[in-house]
Amino acid sequence: MAIHFTLNSKPMTLDVNPDMPLLWALRDSLNMTGTKFGCGMALCGACTVHINGEATRSCITPVSSLAGKRVTTIEGLSPDLSHPVQKAWMEIDVPQCGYCQSGQIMAAAALLAKTPHPTDTQIEDAMSGNICRCGTYNQIRKAIQRAAQLQGGGNKSANSDADAAPVQSAEQTIRVFAGGAE
Amino acid sequence: MSTVTTSVDRRSFLKTGLAGATGLIVGFYLPGRREVFADGAEPTVLNAFINVSPNNKITILISKSEMGQGVVTSLSMLAAEELECDWKQIRTEFAPAAKAYFDPVFGMQGTGGSQSVHSGWVPMRTAGATAREMLIAAAAQKWGVDASECHAENGAVIHTASKRRLTYGSVAEAAGKLTPPANVKLKDPSEFKVIGKPTKRLDTPDKVCGKAMFGIDARRPGMLHAAVLRCPIFGGKVASFDASKAKALPGVKDVIQISSGVAVVADNTWTAFQGKKALNVTWDEGPNVGVSSGSIFKAFEERAEKPGVVSRKEGDAASAMAGAAQRIEAVYRVPYEAHATMEPMNCLADVQADRVDIWAPTQFQTPAQGIAAGIAGVKPEQSFVHTTYLGGGFGRRGWSDFVTDACEISKAMKAPVQVTWTREDDMQHDYYRPASYIKMAAGLDASGNPSAFTARVACDSIMNWFFPGSVKNGMDSSSVEGVSDIAYDIPNILVDYQLVSGPIPMGFWRSVGASQNGFFSESFIDELAAAAKKDPYEYRKALLGKKPRHLGVLNLAAEKAGWRQPLPKGMYRGIAVLEAFATYVAEVAEISIDKDNNVKVHRIVCALDCGRVVNPNIIEQQAMSAMVFGLTQTLKGEITIDKGRVVQANFDTNEPLRLNECPKMEVYIVPSTETPTGMGEPAVPPVAPAVCNAIFAATGKRIRKLPVRPDDLT
Repeated sequence: MAIHFTLNSKPMTLDVNPDMPLLWALRDSLNMTGTKFGCGMALCGACTVHINGEATRSCITPVSSLAGKRVTTIEGLSPDLSHPVQKAWMEIDVPQCGYCQSGQIMAAAALLAKTPHPTDTQIEDAMSGNICRCGTYNQIRKAIQRAAQLQGGGNKSANSDADAAPVQSAEQTIRVFAGGAE
Repeated sequence: MSTVTTSVDRRSFLKTGLAGATGLIVGFYLPGRREVFADGAEPTVLNAFINVSPNNKITILISKSEMGQGVVTSLSMLAAEELECDWKQIRTEFAPAAKAYFDPVFGMQGTGGSQSVHSGWVPMRTAGATAREMLIAAAAQKWGVDASECHAENGAVIHTASKRRLTYGSVAEAAGKLTPPANVKLKDPSEFKVIGKPTKRLDTPDKVCGKAMFGIDARRPGMLHAAVLRCPIFGGKVASFDASKAKALPGVKDVIQISSGVAVVADNTWTAFQGKKALNVTWDEGPNVGVSSGSIFKAFEERAEKPGVVSRKEGDAASAMAGAAQRIEAVYRVPYEAHATMEPMNCLADVQADRVDIWAPTQFQTPAQGIAAGIAGVKPEQSFVHTTYLGGGFGRRGWSDFVTDACEISKAMKAPVQVTWTREDDMQHDYYRPASYIKMAAGLDASGNPSAFTARVACDSIMNWFFPGSVKNGMDSSSVEGVSDIAYDIPNILVDYQLVSGPIPMGFWRSVGASQNGFFSESFIDELAAAAKKDPYEYRKALLGKKPRHLGVLNLAAEKAGWRQPLPKGMYRGIAVLEAFATYVAEVAEISIDKDNNVKVHRIVCALDCGRVVNPNIIEQQAMSAMVFGLTQTLKGEITIDKGRVVQANFDTNEPLRLNECPKMEVYIVPSTETPTGMGEPAVPPVAPAVCNAIFAATGKRIRKLPVRPDDLT
């Protein structure tokens, strides 16, 4: 049964096993590999995406639950690294191995969309579900505070809703469906 | 591997494999390493590490695996220092598997031992200087002037007198035809413009938008996805299996037996995982079904009653002990630890009749290349290793078991196949940091100074697992490093080792032997300080008079932590100092303990000496990363064995430190002009003893096993 939803602001129809978690539909069916597999049990947050603006673990979210919903992945956060969280992440040089960072960034973007100036406790509450084995936690705290400053500085579109960020170009979309990343 | 060493340790063992491959490896021309950019500009290969394209893009080939430790950036900085290019011109590419990229110490291509910047220090700068001289010579030829009249600056050659200027891109092709100069002069450190400067990582932009390609992200046309069900019991194997339910799942292509278990091959990863759950396998459980952590430690205890193979002997410890005014004895232990890289093990292989390609997050390219070639039945030069980014390594990815899986399945399926391990596969089929057991004793003289120190370690050998049969006389120095090399001025020392072989796979784990032995030795010295009724910092300081680099970091950490200043009520400090991989690290931990005996670490101050600084940003990152890794080991991480298998399976039962548990961390660098040494690992070992010594300061309870549990404090 085909499921219709919005993926990175574009209409998407997926005809896969409805029990398949969104994570694997993204990675294997749509070849969007920015969202990562870490645990398969919503324990680590590497697979975090936004569904209707909420940070959600895609590894336990079946495709069947997506009908009519808005999904944003790391690929859809901005077309040009311009999201305040990405800017702050680059300014602080947060990633080390980088594997968990798509999930960290999506969790942080969802937090800042709702809580533009989070306290340390709010950051802990929002981010402690995301494991980073490289231990970039203090850089993450710092970068979230910095992103809050950056988005307060005038980037109102990102401030109001992370999902409203611009989307992939048409060219990228075609490449996704052509199936070859190489 | 022609030389037989009597005392095998990892570094000397790997050195013996070098057999004449030392010296500079630049100028090694690699035919076929020409890659056409999207804009059609074909780069010129100037040496194994540097390509220059007509559009002035400079490609640095990175021979090391990037697993977060920053090698892509650090090694590029070394080359760029001599190349005199604009940092913005640089792009990087992971090197193929080839002799030109062998680590001069390891004698193979691989990443580990906090070795990359140290071993790249001369070769990468030489590669940059050699390329620069070739570009200058080509420009001089074009102008018809002597090369000595020209200099290089910001990605161009300048004729100094006339100020004529040719970009590197415009002379690269001509430069590529010249013979590389045999001897180039490297800059005096006073002239450094890149080395030592805080420099942003080159890999960050790709890692904030999901573009960075990890092994698990590799894609090939027509590829299949596979998952492998392994016998949960170490040493067990498949007796028989019923694949009918798995094969009935839509999308499952086949179910085949491979050397590691039963593989389900499907058109996507999730279906392969589902197929795995639907398998019905009867295992031949093998001989280890009775093995448990309890039985393993019992064997350690028994073996530790008998003398082992001596790793260090100075003076006469037994006599000194007999004559000591005070005698202290203690037994410590640590459990197995999993690497738990965030990216589970995986590999994409494409086995064809005359070649094999693997896209792999590997730390050791040379073994991976050989293993893939062996399975494919081709020559090593027909085996192509495409190294991806690694989603964490910590030593785990030195093994090639995931390469074996992918190659065997691809060969059987005659198609490109990506094998992906589940988190459970990854945690239950790791090569673990050895569980270890140690008996230590010391004799103190009347003034409390140690006159004798003895230690007997009992654990399995990593080297025996990695190079079966390599440990000839029962000595693996990685089992005793961190205690055998105890730095304190003690006249009589005896350290010996009981190698206790077992069925649990052992591997290199971030900071290796020092991860447990640093905890042992730096906790025990604290016990001696307490017995001598002396301040733990002052006690260490007095015994490190002949060790200036240890002393340098110890004093700096104490100063920055405000060791002599009182702490707020309920806060306590502990200190530890250790050398690992020729880098010196001291840490001071500040903790509190709540009414339920939960330990909270508030702050760690780290002082380190890793020789000359290449990139202070990355040094700080790595020190903090290592401290978080060390805190997981101290407070949370534990792999236990029951019925021959690993009990823990996912992050709920073996959970790394999380953001809300992460303390403030401060990193201070002791200035040095020594050759740079690594920072990937050395800040791990002092964490556990610093925290546990703080627990002693708080409670008077000495923690002698990890991880720290609330019950241990009562």
